[in-house]
Amino acid sequence: MAAPTTAPIDLSAAMVTAPTALADWLVIAPMGLMIALGAALMMVRHKLWLHGWIAIPGLVALVLLDALLLYRVAVHGPFTMTAGRWLPPFGISFTADLLGALLAFASGLVALAAGIYGLRDINDTGRRYGFYPFLLLMMAGVTGAFLTGDIFNLYVWFEVLLISSFGLLILGSEREQIDGALKYAVLNLLGTTLFLIAVGYLYAIFGTLNMAQVASLAGEQREGAPLITLSALFILAFAMKAAAFPVNFWLPASYHTPRIVVAALFGGLLTKVGVYALMRVMVMLFPLEREELSLVLAVIAALTMLLGALGALAQSDLRRMAGFAVIAGIGNVIAGVAIGGATGVGGAILYAMHSIVVMTALYLLIGEAARIGGSWSLQTLGGLYREAPWIAAGAFVIFFATAGLPPFSGLWPKIMLLKAALDVGAWWLSAALLVSALILTLALGRVFLLAFWRPQLAGAAVGAPIAPNSWQRSTPIAGLVAVIVVFGLFPDAPVRLAQAAASSLADPAAYIQSVFPAGGAE
Amino acid sequence: MNTLILRTVAPPITALMLVFSVFVLLRGHNEPGGGFIGGLIAASALAIYGIAYGVSAVRRAIRFHPMSIAGFGLLLSTLSGFVSLFAGVPFMTGLWIYPSFFGVEVPLATVISFDIGVYFVVVGSIASIALALEERETD
Repeated sequence: MAAPTTAPIDLSAAMVTAPTALADWLVIAPMGLMIALGAALMMVRHKLWLHGWIAIPGLVALVLLDALLLYRVAVHGPFTMTAGRWLPPFGISFTADLLGALLAFASGLVALAAGIYGLRDINDTGRRYGFYPFLLLMMAGVTGAFLTGDIFNLYVWFEVLLISSFGLLILGSEREQIDGALKYAVLNLLGTTLFLIAVGYLYAIFGTLNMAQVASLAGEQREGAPLITLSALFILAFAMKAAAFPVNFWLPASYHTPRIVVAALFGGLLTKVGVYALMRVMVMLFPLEREELSLVLAVIAALTMLLGALGALAQSDLRRMAGFAVIAGIGNVIAGVAIGGATGVGGAILYAMHSIVVMTALYLLIGEAARIGGSWSLQTLGGLYREAPWIAAGAFVIFFATAGLPPFSGLWPKIMLLKAALDVGAWWLSAALLVSALILTLALGRVFLLAFWRPQLAGAAVGAPIAPNSWQRSTPIAGLVAVIVVFGLFPDAPVRLAQAAASSLADPAAYIQSVFPAGGAE
Repeated sequence: MNTLILRTVAPPITALMLVFSVFVLLRGHNEPGGGFIGGLIAASALAIYGIAYGVSAVRRAIRFHPMSIAGFGLLLSTLSGFVSLFAGVPFMTGLWIYPSFFGVEVPLATVISFDIGVYFVVVGSIASIALALEERETD
């Protein structure tokens, strides 16, 4: 019972006794805010006019919190809060390091952009189905996955974002959507189950789920522990999530079915959570096993990016084309993980951030193009350049960035990856990087040529009268394009941060120190 | 299901189960039980009532939409975690107060409010599923 006891108990053996600084709450606050607001939106689900007023300020607050978190981590290094005051590894730790904070910030930005775009794109039915509550809960899952310091907790956040994404995927319950959602659900549930099995396996080997403790124990217990098997399981599970080569087919089969703003969110965020988990586990927890499996990872990476680029070239539906572009990007990130080292992993982190922003922008942009042109198909689209010059300008920037051409954000991570690949002598991987970029340039150039430059087809139906352009649609795209341009022209800070994130991931002493300040993990 | 027997016993059974669910919820702090199982019991009570009297009767009786109830529970649980912000201890630390009502000391904690939140989440979400399934059948 909770009755006061007479004998004093030494709490310091079991509990955190140091008072908690207010700034430490930054690592919990993004998820807390998203869940609380998502819950509040569920309560007022039928008061549709309220949704935007709650969700948009909430997402602005999320971006601010993520920015503060990033600032704190960049200046003071990683920090930890362990729930319930229990000492780690018994309490569940949330640890923000540079990698998590960078990706959380990037995803906060695109969630805000998608939230604003959704004000127009999501009709009343979609809102009644719960677009905004699902959006906020999915952001809780995404941010939680980036910031948690416990691998089982990572699994839980995966589930949170997965369940919310099911809801977003079938917004409106159309037949095609259910079909897409089924493919998406089956493979993702399979991936999550594999992940769970791997986590159980990991617990059986190490007796702990705290990632800082696993990282410090992996060195000692490597003898006799089947860590290669475990790593292979993790790689398979996360490759499914990330839509890497042999298990990528669910992505193009499902991402073209939901509303375009939902597809934008998914393309930007969900696969990146998969590659984030891959980086966290393979680079931080099992660096030697990553070394062993680097050839496998490199082959997967090369095939993923080639398949993505070729797929993009083969499609005539804009949404499917974008889906393959997402896959090509995933190949680049995995290539960085395969190469390793500060430049390789730094390039992968930078590419992941770039990809979060650019893929969301790409989907939103083709949404606009299809809305103005009245079709998703390259066969009927045309004359957009004359119709909407600003959209064409945005498309120019976004396509260049997607293909990795200067002077936009895609260039720098690609250069880092190329340099890293050449440094380790993997000429074929650098060739794959270049060829995939070339094919992607062709694919996107084809879109620009056909949809934008080609004069409007004579027989093409003009379609429904185009709704007047509104700030809810144009600001998010303009904002994301601005991010891409600034990132491309002033790459210093992002490159430096990504490299710092990579080196702290490869040498997690500060991370472990923040979870176990006394230094004793046992 | 329109049988006289079920229609007669459903109200007392529902009432009994609801009371029992609250008992299980409160008991759960120190003994087996808790918000999750309590919520399941309450949701089954609503389901039984729905089988006997139809879904619209249940919807009228609980006043709020089940999803709103679940949302309220989620909000309550989240806020319970943030109470410790004001005590200078980490997220979700259990905090106790001991007010006395009529000379009886009643220990209250953020743990309990968290568990009550869980109760509402489970009642809301399971009832929402159950009612949707029953509705489909009677159509």
